[in-house]
Amino acid sequence: MTFQEILKTLQDKLGADVVQPTTDLAGDPFATLPAEKLPEVLNFVKDDPRLQMDCLSNLTGVDAPPDHLDVVYHLFSYPLRHSFVLKVRIPKANPKVPTAEKIYPTANWQEREAYDLLGVVFDGHPDLRRIMLPEDWLGHPLRKDYKEEQEYRGITTTRPSLLYPEQ
Amino acid sequence: MELTLKGQLPDNIVTTKVDDVLNWARASSLWYLLFGLACCGIELMQTGGPRSDWDRFGAVFRATPRQADLMIVAGTLTYKMALRTKILYEQMPEPKYVISMGSCANCGGLFQLAYSVVKGVDKIIPVDVYVPGCPPRPEALTQGLLKIQEKMMKEKFARRAAS
Repeated sequence: MTFQEILKTLQDKLGADVVQPTTDLAGDPFATLPAEKLPEVLNFVKDDPRLQMDCLSNLTGVDAPPDHLDVVYHLFSYPLRHSFVLKVRIPKANPKVPTAEKIYPTANWQEREAYDLLGVVFDGHPDLRRIMLPEDWLGHPLRKDYKEEQEYRGITTTRPSLLYPEQ
Repeated sequence: MELTLKGQLPDNIVTTKVDDVLNWARASSLWYLLFGLACCGIELMQTGGPRSDWDRFGAVFRATPRQADLMIVAGTLTYKMALRTKILYEQMPEPKYVISMGSCANCGGLFQLAYSVVKGVDKIIPVDVYVPGCPPRPEALTQGLLKIQEKMMKEKFARRAAS
C-alpha cells in the first residue's frame, strides 16, 4: 500500500483530525498523532490484515525547537512490503509517551536510547535506564539546550585550542 | 688504580652493565595489552600480523593487563571507557609504558567536540609516545614501538634499587 492508502485506513479508523499527514517536507512523508493514541494505533497497524506492520524498524527522537520533542516510529511490513512513518510531538516540559515495548519488544532498547540521549520518558517501560552513557551522567546530550559539564568524574571535558585560544 | 679486564678473560665471557642487560632483556620481550577501542584497533591487529611482524622485536599481544608491559591505546576513548582504562592501567605491573595511537587517543581527534569523548588519553594516564595518524600506518606504529624500546634502554634500575 502507498502512504496515502495507509493514511486513509488510519483516518477511517481514528478520525481525519487525529492523524495529521505531512507530505511536503524532504524525506519520507509522515503522519503526526497525539501521544495518548499511540498504543491503539500501533496495535491496529500491527494486527490489521490490510497493514500487517510486523516490524518496528526504527524508533528515535528529534529535538524540535524551541520547546517540543518528536518521537519517530518507522514501521515496516514484511508480508506486504510497505512502510509508514509515525510521529508524536510532545512538550519538553513534560516529555511523556506511552511505551511501544508491549507491542513491539524491539522498542525496549530503542526507547532506552531515546531516553538516554533526549530525555523522552516512556510511560510503562519495564526498565527505563541509560543504555549508552554512564549511569551517573547528567543531562541528555542530544537536546539543543544541553550544556556540557566542566568535568566528568575528575576528567576534564575541555582542551585548550591551539588555533582558537580564546575559546 | 684502573680496573680493567680487557684481554684477561677468555673469548666466551662477555662483560656488561647490569642495567644494560636488564634493559636489553625487557626491551626485547615487550608484551603489549590488546586494547583496540575503535578503528585504530584494526590497524593495531594488522601491525601485529605477519607483514610488519612485531614478533621480530619480541613484542606479542597479551589479553590481560597483568602480563603486559605496554598499553597501546588504539582508538577513540569515551568517558565511560576512560574509567575502565584507568583500572586496566593500574592493573599492569611496573615498569609500564603507554603508546597513544592515533589522533583520537592523542587529543580526541575528529570527535574532540563530542560530549562523550575524552580530549586525549593523557588526561587520565601518563603517555610515553604519541603516534599521529588517522589511523597510523603499521610503519608509524612500529616506529613508536622502537621509540619505546629506546626509552627502555635508557632506564637505570640498578641505580634506583641501590638508592
